[in-house]
Amino acid sequence: MAIGLTHYLVLGAILFSLGLYTVLTRRNAISVLMGVELILNSANINYVAFSHFSSGNVDGQIYAIFVIMLAAAEAAVGLAIVLAIFQLFHTIDVGAVETLKE
Amino acid sequence: MDLGNIASLDFFYPEAILTGTILLVVLLDLVLTNKRALGLVALAGCLLSLWATLQLYGTSGGWLFHRMIVLDNFSLFFKLVSLFAAILVLWMSRGSREVGEVHQGEYSAILLSSTLGMFFMASSTNLLMAYLSLELVSLTSYILTGFLPHNRRSSEAALKYLIYGGVASGTMIYGMSWIFGMAGSLDYARINQALLQGEANHLGLFIAFVFILAGFGYKIVFVPFHMWSPDVYQGAPTPITAFLSVGSNAAGVAILIRFFFPAVSRLGDDGNWMFLSGVEWPHFLLMVSMVTMTLGNLCALNQQNVKRLLAYSGIAHAGYILMGLVVLNNEGLQAMLFYIVVYLIMNLGAFLVVVIVANATGKEDIESYRGLAWRGSAIPAVCMAIFLFSLTGLPPLAGFVGKFFLFAAVIKQQFYLLAVVAVINSVISLYYYARIVKTMFLDFPQPSDGQVKMTAEAAVLLGLLSSMTLLFGIYWGPLVAFTNHSLSFFVK
Repeated sequence: MAIGLTHYLVLGAILFSLGLYTVLTRRNAISVLMGVELILNSANINYVAFSHFSSGNVDGQIYAIFVIMLAAAEAAVGLAIVLAIFQLFHTIDVGAVETLKE
Repeated sequence: MDLGNIASLDFFYPEAILTGTILLVVLLDLVLTNKRALGLVALAGCLLSLWATLQLYGTSGGWLFHRMIVLDNFSLFFKLVSLFAAILVLWMSRGSREVGEVHQGEYSAILLSSTLGMFFMASSTNLLMAYLSLELVSLTSYILTGFLPHNRRSSEAALKYLIYGGVASGTMIYGMSWIFGMAGSLDYARINQALLQGEANHLGLFIAFVFILAGFGYKIVFVPFHMWSPDVYQGAPTPITAFLSVGSNAAGVAILIRFFFPAVSRLGDDGNWMFLSGVEWPHFLLMVSMVTMTLGNLCALNQQNVKRLLAYSGIAHAGYILMGLVVLNNEGLQAMLFYIVVYLIMNLGAFLVVVIVANATGKEDIESYRGLAWRGSAIPAVCMAIFLFSLTGLPPLAGFVGKFFLFAAVIKQQFYLLAVVAVINSVISLYYYARIVKTMFLDFPQPSDGQVKMTAEAAVLLGLLSSMTLLFGIYWGPLVAFTNHSLSFFVK
C-alpha cells in the first residue's frame, strides 16, 4: 500500500488530538508546554504533506520551518515564565498556582 | 502595485521608524543612567512613526514585499489605532508607580515590539505573515504580563496567558494548514480565487474557519476563547492591561476582518459581502456574538476587583464589536471601526483612573473607590463617571454613538433578535458600571481612606481622554468620515 496524503493528514489529526489531550489533562507546566509543541508539530506535518502532494510549491515547507523557529521562541519565553513561577510558588503544578480567582 | 523588497521600503517608513526606535531604546539603555528618559525616547519614536503613517494615508495602496503585506487605508487605520494605544500607554506608564519599579528600557522596547507586531497584523495578506505577526504580539504580551518582579499575580497571569495563547495559536495554524491544502497557496488573493471558484468541501472549510477563529478570537477575547482574560487583566501591570484590552483587541479585529472579508468573501456592487455559499458563517457568528456579550455582562455583575470587572466588560464589548461582522456589509464594518476608536478612548480613560487610584491606595478593589469624589480632587471621579457611562452607552457620550451605529447596521439587515439581546445587555451593564459611580459619589470616605492625588501628566491625559469622549458624543461627523475613508481594501 502506497503512503498517500490521507495517511499524513490522519497522523496530523492524531497528533493534534494528543496535544490537546496533553494540555487539558497534565498539571505540570512543562508537560503542558510539551502538549502545545505537539499541536504545533501536527500543523507542520499537514503543511509539509500538502506542500508535497497537492500545492506544487514549497510554501508549506517554508511555513513549517517558521513554525519550528517560533516554537523555539515560545519555549524560551515559556520556560522563563515557568522558572519565575517556580521561584515564587515553589511548584510548577498549574493547579496549585491559584492566587487569581473570582 | 505589486512591489519587490527594495521598492517596498519607500512605503515602509512607519515600521522602519518603530524598529529603529526599539534598537535605539535597547542601546541607550546600556549607556544612559536616567532610565526615565528612555520612555521619552520611545514616545518620540511613536510620534515620528505616527507622522510617517499619516503621510501614507490616502495613497493608492499596493502589495509590499512580494505580496507578504499590503498597504491600504484599512491597514493604515489600524496602525494609527495601535500607535495611539502605544502612545497613551507609554504616557500612562510614566505616572504608574507599579511600572516605575521595573526596568524601563526593556519595558519600552518590548511595548514597541508589540506595537510593531500589531502593524503587521493589520497589514498581513499571507497566512505565514498573519501567524508570524500574531505570535510577535503574543510573545511580547506574555513577557509584559509577567513583567512585575517578585509578584505572584503577575507571573501567574503570564503562565495562564502563555498556555491559552499557545493552544489558541497552535489551533489556528492547524486550521490554516487545511486552508492551505484546499487552496494550494498561502496568499490571500489566491486563496480567494481558489475557494470562490473551486469546489471546496464545505464541512472541511467550516471546521478550518472555526479553528482559525480560535487564534483570532483569543486576541479579540470572545467566548469560548475568553478564559484567560480575567486572570491576565487582573494580574498584569495596569498600563499593560489597558494596552492588551484595546491594542491587541483592535489588531485581532483587523486580522479577522482582513481574513474573513477580502480573503474569503467577494464584495458586491451594493456594499454587501458575499461569503462562500454553503458555509453557515453569519449564523455561527451571530450566536458567538450574543453569547459573548451576555456572558461578559453577567460575570461582571459580582466582581469586586475593578480590573477584573473591566476585563469582563471588555468581553462584553468584544461581543458588541462582533455585531458589525454578522451583517456582512460595509456599513457593519464601518460601525466596527468607529466603535474600536471610541472603545480605545473610553477604556484607556477608565484604566488611567485605575492607575491613579492604585498609585494612591495600592489597591484595585471597588472599596478603594469609596467616596473618591471627596478625597482631594474630584477630577478622577468625574472623569471615571464619564468613561463608565460612555462604556454603558448613555447619550450624549461617544459610546452611545458607537453603539447606535452598530445597532443601526444590525437592524437594517433585520437581525432583530441580536439587536434586542444587545439592548438588554446594555441595560444589564448599567448596573455594574453605575455601582462604581455610586461608590465614588454617594458613599462617604472612611478616615482610613487616604487622599488621591495625581501628577500633572496624568491630569492632562485624563482631560484629553474625557474631552474626546464628550466631543465624539456630540460631534462625530469627522470620525465617521475617517472610518468611512479607512474602509478600503487593496485586493487587485
